[in-house]
Amino acid sequence: MIGGLFIYNHKGEVLISRVYRDDIGRNAVDAFRVNVIHARQQVRSPVTNIARTSFFHVKRSNIWLAAVTKQNVNAAMVFEFLYKMCDVMTAYFGKISEENIKNNFVLIYELLDEILDFGYPQNSETGALKTFITQTGIKSQSKEEQSQITSQVTGQIGWRREGIKYRRNELFLDVLESVNLLMSPQGQVLSAHVSGRVVMKSYLSGMPECKFGMNDKIVIDKQGKGGEGATGQSIAIDDCTFHQCVRLSKFDAERSISFIPPDGECELMRYRTTKDIILPFRVIPLVREVGRTKLEVKVVIKSNFKPSLLAQKIEVRIPTPLNTSGVQVICMKGKAKYKASENAIVWKIKRMAGMKESQISAEIELLPTNDKKKWARPPISMNFEVPFAPSGLKVRYLKVFEPKLNYSDHDVIKWVRYIGRSGIYETRC
Amino acid sequence: KVLLKYFTPLPTCTVGEIFELKAELNSDKKEKKKEAVKKVIASMTVGKDVSALFPDVVNCMQTDNLELKKLVYLYLMNYAKSQPDMAIMAVNTFVKDCEDANPLIRALAVRTMGCIRVDKITEYLCEPLRKCLKDEDPYVRKTAAVCVAKLHDINAQLVEDQGFLDTLKDLISDSNPMVVANAVAALSEIAESHPNSNLLDLNPQSINKLLTALNECTEWGQIFILDCLANYTPRDDRESQSICERVTPRLSHANSAVVLSAVKVLMKFMEMLPKDLDYYSTLLKKLAPPLVTLLSAEPELQYVALRNINLIVQKRPEILKHEMKVFFVKYNDPIYVKLEKLDIMIRLASQANIAQVLAELKEYATEVDVDFVRKAVRAIGRCAIKVEQSAERCVSTLLDLIQTKVNYVVQEAIVVIKDIFRKYPNKYESVIATLCENLDSLDEPEARAAMIWIVGEYAERIDNADELLESFLEGFHDESTQVQLQLLTAIVKLFLKKPTETQELVQQVLSLATQDSDNPDLRDRGYIYWRLLSTDPVAAKEVVLAEKPLISEETDLIEPTLLEELICHIGTLASVYHKPPSAFVEGSRGVMHKRLPAQSTESPDVGTAAGGSAPEAAPSIIPSQGDLLGDLLNLDMAPPTTSGPPPPTTGMQMGGMDLLGGGLDSLVGISHSVDPYAATPGQLVNPFWVKWSLQTVIRRSDGVLCLQVWLPAMKAKGLEISGTFARRAGVIQMELILTNKAMSVMTDFAIQFNRNSFGLAPAGPLQVLTPLGPNQTIEVSLPLSTVGPVMKMDPLNNLQVAVKNNIDVFYFSCQYPISMLFVEDGKMERQVFLATWKDIPNDNESQFQIKDCHLNSDAASSKLQGSNIFTIAKRTVEGQDMLYMSIKLSNGIWVLAELRVQAGNSNYTISLKCRAPEVSQCVFQCYEAVLKN
Repeated sequence: MIGGLFIYNHKGEVLISRVYRDDIGRNAVDAFRVNVIHARQQVRSPVTNIARTSFFHVKRSNIWLAAVTKQNVNAAMVFEFLYKMCDVMTAYFGKISEENIKNNFVLIYELLDEILDFGYPQNSETGALKTFITQTGIKSQSKEEQSQITSQVTGQIGWRREGIKYRRNELFLDVLESVNLLMSPQGQVLSAHVSGRVVMKSYLSGMPECKFGMNDKIVIDKQGKGGEGATGQSIAIDDCTFHQCVRLSKFDAERSISFIPPDGECELMRYRTTKDIILPFRVIPLVREVGRTKLEVKVVIKSNFKPSLLAQKIEVRIPTPLNTSGVQVICMKGKAKYKASENAIVWKIKRMAGMKESQISAEIELLPTNDKKKWARPPISMNFEVPFAPSGLKVRYLKVFEPKLNYSDHDVIKWVRYIGRSGIYETRC
Repeated sequence: KVLLKYFTPLPTCTVGEIFELKAELNSDKKEKKKEAVKKVIASMTVGKDVSALFPDVVNCMQTDNLELKKLVYLYLMNYAKSQPDMAIMAVNTFVKDCEDANPLIRALAVRTMGCIRVDKITEYLCEPLRKCLKDEDPYVRKTAAVCVAKLHDINAQLVEDQGFLDTLKDLISDSNPMVVANAVAALSEIAESHPNSNLLDLNPQSINKLLTALNECTEWGQIFILDCLANYTPRDDRESQSICERVTPRLSHANSAVVLSAVKVLMKFMEMLPKDLDYYSTLLKKLAPPLVTLLSAEPELQYVALRNINLIVQKRPEILKHEMKVFFVKYNDPIYVKLEKLDIMIRLASQANIAQVLAELKEYATEVDVDFVRKAVRAIGRCAIKVEQSAERCVSTLLDLIQTKVNYVVQEAIVVIKDIFRKYPNKYESVIATLCENLDSLDEPEARAAMIWIVGEYAERIDNADELLESFLEGFHDESTQVQLQLLTAIVKLFLKKPTETQELVQQVLSLATQDSDNPDLRDRGYIYWRLLSTDPVAAKEVVLAEKPLISEETDLIEPTLLEELICHIGTLASVYHKPPSAFVEGSRGVMHKRLPAQSTESPDVGTAAGGSAPEAAPSIIPSQGDLLGDLLNLDMAPPTTSGPPPPTTGMQMGGMDLLGGGLDSLVGISHSVDPYAATPGQLVNPFWVKWSLQTVIRRSDGVLCLQVWLPAMKAKGLEISGTFARRAGVIQMELILTNKAMSVMTDFAIQFNRNSFGLAPAGPLQVLTPLGPNQTIEVSLPLSTVGPVMKMDPLNNLQVAVKNNIDVFYFSCQYPISMLFVEDGKMERQVFLATWKDIPNDNESQFQIKDCHLNSDAASSKLQGSNIFTIAKRTVEGQDMLYMSIKLSNGIWVLAELRVQAGNSNYTISLKCRAPEVSQCVFQCYEAVLKN
């Protein structure tokens, strides 16, 4: 299991050091600093073995988190734990920065004591932790409160406490998708997939039992046999994963998604689709080399969705060779700039309706070089945001039952929003 | 912002500072006290020594303020070990806290106490721990469960004596899932240091409890339980299936570690399911999507997932065969993800997707990262070798890349083209001219060596081969070893192909290698070539220009036993390193080898040994050996920074590692690695080492047997057969040792004999049940019968054998000692002997001399009896012992003998009489062999 956990700043100074196992000595702290943080080359692996000691590290801005062990630990678990650790810290004091860590070091030690025991991860749900790690001391707890805390931390529903009350029962569902594309210069889709998340913000009283439904092809087809349901609007989900509140065995057996949600925000579900994806934009590149010192680039983008919808925050990034000396750009819409420090032309368009087309052309002057190696021509990448789900996912219902309290499904105010963003959306040129 | 001041960068605490802190710690004001303790902890974190404040900090322990208490505990955990005597001061407070009304405080106390590794404290820990294990509050119980593991780490005996293990086992049935999970984690860890204790005692009932808890506990608890489940061996396929059914829902968990641990359980238990079961194929289909989903996790987790997928693809390629696209490299992937994806792409490459793969690889070859580009180029070569239909396209892609003139791309391309030549001889040699153009730009040993190999191999087609090789010769001593060795071999090849023009050249290189070099490998090889060339040029041609065995399609495959073990470790560090835990874990932990269960048979007794976490000891030592072999190979292949001789100790290391069994074989294997071309595993061209294996002696319980190599690997596409004959309990045994020196797995072995003098024939099929992996050796005993077809051979005891495997049919001949055929009932009656002796015409008598035998007649007689040569009578005439003996051959022929032994004379005289006088010569040889051995 995890033998120790260290947090360093970008210089390699230790901000937090907590050792859980006897086999990890103080020298491990230095070993990581010398071999990884101060190493000259780029990091070649997130797992490093130095003198029979293994170091797992993740970086958040310029802070290094490293877990250390001498045993054959579950590596996936260690990384999941480090991410969780970051989530917990962010939930407590915001951004993970050197200053925040220094200011909250007592809190961090307290958290580390609670969520990692002898190197075994324990309950790390922020909701539960916040009930008893408060930084104000627990003087005024009554006996009932104490046992409520412990039963929540260890209980089956460790993510929600009892006795939550709201005057207005309300919930928000966000379907957030990132659409990924790799396209060949000829416009052939090399790979495309949508990875989506359903994020739920709930302000519900008591212990509400929820049931979530979407246009999952398997469910619709099953119902379709009964006579209703239009298969045309259902989507094939390649795979999905759920927040730990969702009853997985029930999903496996009936494909129904039922759960008692944590209070506040949680990521209910993640999913991935690869079939029938709506690609919101098509990028058509044209690069022509004119002699050895000039490049002509023309890029057309076409929006491919209902004309009534508006895409926002569109940005097209056209890479330029390292030996670029000057660039002239002409674009029909938006603003374009050559950014020498990033070796790219960045073309920004604030808004664009569906079924439209826009174009940019640029002349790139090159300095002659002796470099034999040809320019690698990195792909043209694109960023955007559209108000629909490129996978075609639709929320069909989210039913809420709370048998003990007197509010019904109809009393709950529900909001649904769809946002499609670009993930890695690249077209080779 | 206030606390920033605690981190003022001071190297050590000054005396003044310590003094100041002391005063603050003893202050009456609670706030001031707390601030002081915080300052102490901050100093501790940055590595300053604040142990001098021990008594003052411990004094702050008795407080209602939980935050302050936790800080003091933190301090205690750090310094108690260095100040054991003072740590005792804290005991009372701990014991008191363990009785506190607040469960959080009770748990905190027992948790902290377990972290203080001081004997006196552990003594006091036992009673509170016992109470806490049975506490009414689950939070305390789950903390106490882990505490047992802590205590076990400090003092294992104490834990056993106090009966904590039983209490811990009871907690597996606890009503609270988190308590169950922590108890499982603690027990699993303790069980690792007691491999045979059967501590976890997994049986269908306890498994059922675990599976129930699995649905209810936290994500981390689910991981502990799944990892524990993976150690269980179900009793039959039905149980296996029902566990799989209950584990599959975990594949949809958001936590990747839960998913990977579930995959581990499924991959392991699937082994037991019959392949024709519907559920089996359903399960296979269910595994792919979650594995693909892992690739959308954060990069570090992607890396762990990819390393595991690499194993899964090798074990069960069918799972992901349609998912090639998800492994396409993204421009912004971290380099470690890119390299792993590339590796999996090659493994998944097939005729169906090769076009796409090649297009991608070509794209990657223009990227920035040098390692990645090299690997991409190499991958193109591997595709060519793997998918024959694509070879042509691969070669032209490689030629395009060579045209880019990017130095490392060119070098990498040449290295892979050499392999393509090996795989498809006489097909793509037209590109040699292009390769030769780039000769000057090669500066890496591997590329130089590859180019030299190509020139040597195709010397007859390259007009100026001699000039090219000569140009390398100028700086011979500055080259690295692999280039030197290659150059030597290439020039010898050239000489054998064009002897007239290159005599001077070959002499030059031989003298460079033998006289001016201090590298023993180079010198030895030089001498061998020299002798070969000077004694028998024809033989030299046969050896040096021998037909090379095919190279395998799959490269870099993990050796099967290691792969099985790694599959049992999915998700863990072992699966990330691709090494067994024993390779990187110290001490007893994780040293035991795990392995996959066998498919269940009708009889349920297979599972009775289901000792939970303790499967039987390692099946073989092959994994570690293979590993070392790999390491050494790398060692030799890597471009050495200092061009010295390769470590001459390699052979000795191997010898020290394993003296019996495959030890010598692997020694032979290792030495091959010195020359990457003549001897990548599976190609035995270097004659010196063939001789080595001729002398391989294997020690056995029944004495020393001299094994002969009957079929050298170079003649049988990597299959080496050595062996001997023995007669045991009336049965003739042919003892065969099969060694796979090729890179591909060999299967479907069969054996057949040609007609021979005594009708020897296999009495059963060749028992090679498991496929023979690369570098594996197997010993087989083949019982022989004497009822086969008869044909007289010359020499009489010659045996022609054909061995078939999945690669080809190979022929060899060997000679068996005729004593194998001497039957047990070969003792003739005296009278019959006399009559027969007279009856056989004197023409049939032959006389032989056995020289230098120092046995007396009795000793000789008893020795001969061991080989079924029976003494019927003994006579002593004038100090000379006359022994009369009889032998019966398996085909019923009798041989009569008279042995004369004279005291003081070490020369024996033997007369043999037989109706079939042809056998006499062979029988005499047996006498000689028996008496002199």
